Amino acid sequence: MNRFAALLDRLAYEPRRNAKLRLLVDYFSHTPDPDRGYALAALTGSLMFKEAKAGLIRGLVEERTDPFLFRMSYNYVGDLAETVALIWPGPDGDIRSTDGGPAPVGHNHPPLHVPTLTEVVETLATASKSDLPARIAAWLDALDETGRWALLKLITRELRVGVSARLAKTAVAQLGSFEPDEVELIWHGLAAPYEELFAWAEARGPKPESNNPAPFRPPMLSHPLEDEDFTKLNAGDFVGEWKWDGIRLQAVAGLASDGRAVRRIYSRTGEDVSRAFPDLVEALTFEGAIDGELLIVRDGRVQSFNVLQQRLNRKAVTPKLIADFPVHLRVYDILTENGQDLRDLSFAQRRKRLEALVTRLDDPRIELSAIVPFSSWEDLAAARTDPDSVGAGLDADAIEGCMIKRADSPYLPGRPKGYWYKWKRDPYLVDAVMMYGQRGHGKRSSFYSDYTFGVWRDGPDGEELVPVGKAYHGFTDEELGRLDRYVRNHTVNRFGPVREVEYGKDKGLVLEVAFEGLQRSTRHKSGVAMRFPRISRIRWDKPAGEADRIETLEKILKRGEKEIHPLKDSQSKGPPP
Amino acid sequence: MARRSTEILTQTPQGLYCPLGDFHIDPVRPVDRALITHGHSDHARSGHRSVLATRETVLIMAIRYGEDFAGSTQAAPLREDIRIGEVTVRFTPAGHVLGSAQIAIEAGGTRIVVSGDYKRASDPTCLPYEVVPCDVFITEATFGLPVFRHPDTRDEVKKLLDSVALFPERAHIVGAYALGKAQRVMALLREEGYDRPIYLHGAMERLTEFYKSEGVPLGDTPKVGATERGSLGGAIIVCPPSSLQDLWSRRFPDPVSCFASGWMRVRARARQKGVELPLVISDHSDWDDLCGTILETGAGEVWVTHGQEDALVHWCETRGLQARPLHMLGYGDEGEAEEPFTPWVAMEQSAP
Repeated sequence: MNRFAALLDRLAYEPRRNAKLRLLVDYFSHTPDPDRGYALAALTGSLMFKEAKAGLIRGLVEERTDPFLFRMSYNYVGDLAETVALIWPGPDGDIRSTDGGPAPVGHNHPPLHVPTLTEVVETLATASKSDLPARIAAWLDALDETGRWALLKLITRELRVGVSARLAKTAVAQLGSFEPDEVELIWHGLAAPYEELFAWAEARGPKPESNNPAPFRPPMLSHPLEDEDFTKLNAGDFVGEWKWDGIRLQAVAGLASDGRAVRRIYSRTGEDVSRAFPDLVEALTFEGAIDGELLIVRDGRVQSFNVLQQRLNRKAVTPKLIADFPVHLRVYDILTENGQDLRDLSFAQRRKRLEALVTRLDDPRIELSAIVPFSSWEDLAAARTDPDSVGAGLDADAIEGCMIKRADSPYLPGRPKGYWYKWKRDPYLVDAVMMYGQRGHGKRSSFYSDYTFGVWRDGPDGEELVPVGKAYHGFTDEELGRLDRYVRNHTVNRFGPVREVEYGKDKGLVLEVAFEGLQRSTRHKSGVAMRFPRISRIRWDKPAGEADRIETLEKILKRGEKEIHPLKDSQSKGPPP
Repeated sequence: MARRSTEILTQTPQGLYCPLGDFHIDPVRPVDRALITHGHSDHARSGHRSVLATRETVLIMAIRYGEDFAGSTQAAPLREDIRIGEVTVRFTPAGHVLGSAQIAIEAGGTRIVVSGDYKRASDPTCLPYEVVPCDVFITEATFGLPVFRHPDTRDEVKKLLDSVALFPERAHIVGAYALGKAQRVMALLREEGYDRPIYLHGAMERLTEFYKSEGVPLGDTPKVGATERGSLGGAIIVCPPSSLQDLWSRRFPDPVSCFASGWMRVRARARQKGVELPLVISDHSDWDDLCGTILETGAGEVWVTHGQEDALVHWCETRGLQARPLHMLGYGDEGEAEEPFTPWVAMEQSAP
């Protein structure tokens, strides 16, 4: 448990991906089985046990501490698991002997047994509910502060150390010097503690067989279309599709050895998300793997991403949620069918197989993503600007641009060059005023590189700026240097790593911010939250008083919201800007 | 006749004052006669007419403020009674930084100990704390909450060395207070067998040289040259905390920002400072040591100067000890000072 705790501790503070990766590889290569396997399971969210509730942990600590001191401490630290980890009394009660030497552990006490990660995981999976409090308390007694913190985060299922399942698998792949996708391919046939996987990675064993009837296959990704590509690429080689503003999914169905149908839905990164979409799982009445976009379709009309978000990340998928937010898969590729791997076929051949499958299924929940006809780049540009003009109809608002795919492209995992391109519609733009600068992390730790910006609105004392977002990319290194200098030279207030800068009608820096969409938000004072905001231009020339007003954002927001009640509002049509 | 404690020591705007001896202890403004517990700038200020402190503290003040920092100075021998007016005072090691001392004041059979800042954990750079039995114990409470339990410093230094081994191309920049903490970190690194040069920010140089001249072995501690920063991948560099995220740190190769402080125990604090490798190393007593020390002095009455006064006073009361907070202002400005704690999230939501 101590090694795992030390790993989580380091990961929680480390902002860089590559450094996280190195920490993970180091841990996996120095930790024996089965502990490292359970760590991998914890990091990929694959551990099976019922999480401990905050109330249980609170109960344990309240039995052991002064309530006044606990309350003051909790207020100070702000996180229950962390407070409990720190305040948990040592073996000598609340006062350590102060003879100057290292803290005496366990004199007059039986030696405490520090649990291994394996013990913790196996006990949680098997212990009865009534045994749990005593078990947890005994572990907390034996562990140190970092160990207790890690244990509490683990058992409450709130690791939050900034490691995705993909990153953890990538670390295993690095251990074995193979591609992360090779791990993905066999992943769903494996189970914690993954001893075969590590044996393979360390060249001590064969590649584990995947006996998974419905495995995830790494998806093929696209490159953004750059200006110079238009002269290099020949429009006639490509097929056009809409780029849907939804969630990329892979739906897989197969037969287990006992003849039972196995149906699974995977996210782009290979996470099994079947449980969130039982209504879609039900529709997978075929044998094969298809690739498409998850969308909400109401009354025959694709809803915006804002609507889709209300279906995502729900703890309980209720019948009401399913009825209010009916999910559909808009499919654009097929990887396997009836035991045959189709990925080496050309896109055009796969498309025919896909069309035949969708026709056969005849289920409104699984529909083909339409082909966008074009014969020149100009045609495609016109379609991208106004999807409605080429037949997108009521779905136009859920389209965020075009995809082009070489008709002869095989289906290759990862992001191969030269086959698939995305041409996103232009982002929304708004001129906002810089209000705060915050220091960045890692290489940027000495730079004020994260900027909070605001737009004008009417306040009680006339026009005022209200923060609408925060952006930390979109600028060059040279621009970062200038922005950093600007923040340092115009600071009016400091709050830890944050500086408030000068702003007002006649002073302040205007930032042109690009973003993909807006959502209502109760967490932000302005009531709106931006999707993927970034700085598109720094308007050194523009007076702050001429920046945009909140109404500009309200308009964009209202356009997005009309889709929720399409029948009440018939004038909701209009292309994205 | 036994003196009442409040006859021996009172509070004035300048700080704690002993009317029977006409002197202040660690005054925050210039006074005629000042007794100084240790060299941190919130306790040791310049401009007093006369200063009585340990030899090391007098020298540290001269390094920081210049030779003429006080009208006259006198070095207090350790563990010896000194008669001042109607009281006897005695300086005893406090274990906080080099030269730090507690000051005991005795009159009419009553003894009050002003402990200044102190710690009980071992520190290779200064004399260890010695318990002075007393009637009234005056303590700080910088880390006066039971969530503050400082870990073994060896494990913290090992974290740093492990990181240097894992990321040998990155510069490890350790923020540490210039007096005491910086030298302790270096000494701890040496104890763990680290024998490569430890690079210093210019602001650390004079005090580090002073520690060495006092016989604290710190090994090779070159100052970081203006042009060599880019080539210090894999090196350990010690700088004042304020330089950690300053322009100064920019030219080091892919720096890992480390911070040696008791505050690093609380994650939100470390994150707020953008620290990537927090090292929980403190020159103050943690909760257990605050409570344990109070009991060991045998004092029936406890006065709490600064920090988390309410929690420590509450604890004293649960132990049947008389306790009161002094709510003293002006302390905690250096060393592990309480800094304005504004979590960014909270601020963002209430920002104008």
